[in-house]
Amino acid sequence: MIEVRWHGRGGQGGFTAARLLGLAAALLEGRHALAFPSFGPERRGAPVLGFTRIDDHKISDRSAVTDCDYVVVLDETLMNPQIAAGLRPHGKIVVNTATPEKYFDLAGGHEIVAVDATSLAQKILGRPITNTAMLGALVAASGIVRLESVIEGIQQEMKPNLARNNVEVCRRAFELGNGGTQ
Amino acid sequence: MTRPKLQPFLRPKHIDQIPCGTCFNAGHLVDANAGWRTDTPVLDQSLCTGCLQCYLLCPEGVIFRAESGLLIDYDFCKGCGICAHECKAKAITMRKGGL
Amino acid sequence: MTHAHKAFASGNEAVAMGVRLARPHVIAAYPITPQTTVVERLAEMVEDGSLRCEYLHVESEHSALSAAMGASAVGARTFTATSSQGLLYMVECLHYASGGRFPIVMMNANRALALPWNIYNDQRDSLSQLDSGWIQIYVEDAQEALDMIIQAYAIAEHPRVLTPVMVNLDGFVLTHTYELVDVPSQQSVDEFLPPFQTSNKMDLDAPTNMGFTATPADYMEFKYQQHRAMVDAAEVIVNTDRAFGTNFGRNYGGLVDSYRSGDAEFILLTLGSVTGTARVVVDQLRAEGHRVGLVKIRYMRPFPARELAALTRRAKAVGVLEKNISPGYEGTVFTNVNSALAQAGSSPLVLNFVAGLGGRDIAKADIARMFEQLAAGAENPPDERVIFVTLQVAVAPEALVRYADEGL
Repeated sequence: MIEVRWHGRGGQGGFTAARLLGLAAALLEGRHALAFPSFGPERRGAPVLGFTRIDDHKISDRSAVTDCDYVVVLDETLMNPQIAAGLRPHGKIVVNTATPEKYFDLAGGHEIVAVDATSLAQKILGRPITNTAMLGALVAASGIVRLESVIEGIQQEMKPNLARNNVEVCRRAFELGNGGTQ
Repeated sequence: MTRPKLQPFLRPKHIDQIPCGTCFNAGHLVDANAGWRTDTPVLDQSLCTGCLQCYLLCPEGVIFRAESGLLIDYDFCKGCGICAHECKAKAITMRKGGL
Repeated sequence: MTHAHKAFASGNEAVAMGVRLARPHVIAAYPITPQTTVVERLAEMVEDGSLRCEYLHVESEHSALSAAMGASAVGARTFTATSSQGLLYMVECLHYASGGRFPIVMMNANRALALPWNIYNDQRDSLSQLDSGWIQIYVEDAQEALDMIIQAYAIAEHPRVLTPVMVNLDGFVLTHTYELVDVPSQQSVDEFLPPFQTSNKMDLDAPTNMGFTATPADYMEFKYQQHRAMVDAAEVIVNTDRAFGTNFGRNYGGLVDSYRSGDAEFILLTLGSVTGTARVVVDQLRAEGHRVGLVKIRYMRPFPARELAALTRRAKAVGVLEKNISPGYEGTVFTNVNSALAQAGSSPLVLNFVAGLGGRDIAKADIARMFEQLAAGAENPPDERVIFVTLQVAVAPEALVRYADEGL
């Protein structure tokens, strides 16, 4: 089983990314997934968590995600000394930042995959909504689903105009996550 | 001005330390909201005219009067930017980051 | 018109899809966290034309169920949904609906009850209403939620039953968690679930009196009749589940479902989503050589007394895991289980594990610990059979002396 923890702020679409990842794996790749938000009253700006579990067989475990394989941080202002809590030894942190070096000491020895998703989203979407970009970055960092599955999921879930731009953002972030240049 | 104090929450260790029936001492807060902030207001005292509009309009009530002028309680400021937007003297600017 | 397809949906969305397939005539709804997305989705479906029914916005849960009853009283198939405080607000209507024999189906999102105020999952809301005369189902995942909405109408409307049905989903854990579901086609559901027909309704061609008084001379007979219908419902439930399996390829075992309990020494009884977590623990412990198993109680009313007695007959110890406590005594599920086992002359040790209140997580390690306690208890039965799991404070008197200096 693969477990992903998403860190975002209310209104940034962090849970949508968690859900799209699950959708890609379960609906489009014939595997199984659970996607759920941190539960509680949320307001714009408040830190929120999302979770995705992916496995090849049905997932029965309904307990909270405590340990995970990937941590995705949609907003670098959320980086803090506990950001890597529960991240398994070979886990990676995927961060939306142009300056990853600032966070090496917070990474607890884990690999950081950095993508400046905000600039990318601002350029392609015209708004700093980074969820689909970070989804692309996670796919690059982890390979847990195919990029095509995520793209198909975006096209399925969003209206055509929105989907087109989000697919482009996702693809670009994927390329950057794989070591491409901004 | 009476302001709520930030007092760390000590987890109860024994059942008798749990309040009876949801009633407990007031007048303090246990969590700072500073983590919500992406931009931070900074007040330039030299430009401030003391009109108190920011103090009146702040939705969180974190701007308060002190001897040295108006101050912002950064433990509870959420960075909404209303004070900067409303200040006619342009004494408040929003800086990037949580400060 | 829905064609069979797969969807990645939340428990609430699955319920809404199930309701649409069941073709209700009237939905009366009042929103409450964590049920809200059910009634929002249904409103969207009515607006986009994929669900053709009357949708009533009412100003409270009491009105929601009252409206559903009014509609049912003219022969309409109806649906409503609620949770915790809303369920309790409509309690007198619960009894009205069951006494009036209106086959309403209601989804309840299991959520903790104030005070303290808490919106997270536990089961005290529905378990506190076991005596309301409603059939009560507890589902384990979104697929079961969707399927049981369809089965619920078949059961509720059966002429030998004519009893309202409450389908319970764990709040947030199921309602807001997205997972894969198979959505059946409208055609297959139409074949399984015939249109609602009843003589228990107002009808200009055959006028009836409804909702009348019964004096001490007659009231008891009505209650006996209602009780018998609920008892008879057990057979309808089993047959409906079997037929569902034939039509849709999925069935759930009837009143209970057991997992590796056949030769188990220690068995855990569970309700709802925690069953899934418990299955994982059973597998882990079995791999280590422990003979453990679980029985999922799917229906709390009618209560599967015979089934539970039979399935636990050879166990050394049985644990009842519930997100519930009846303050001052024990968990309600525990009470029901003990009565069933006592009447069957069965006597394994039974322990009550009270966990998950107010949304506290139940970890796999917590469940493993429960099996350890069952094993220990089988050797040395503890005096205290009601065990609050995962409390974060000491409760023993001696401990207070140690902590007296550490004020809040």
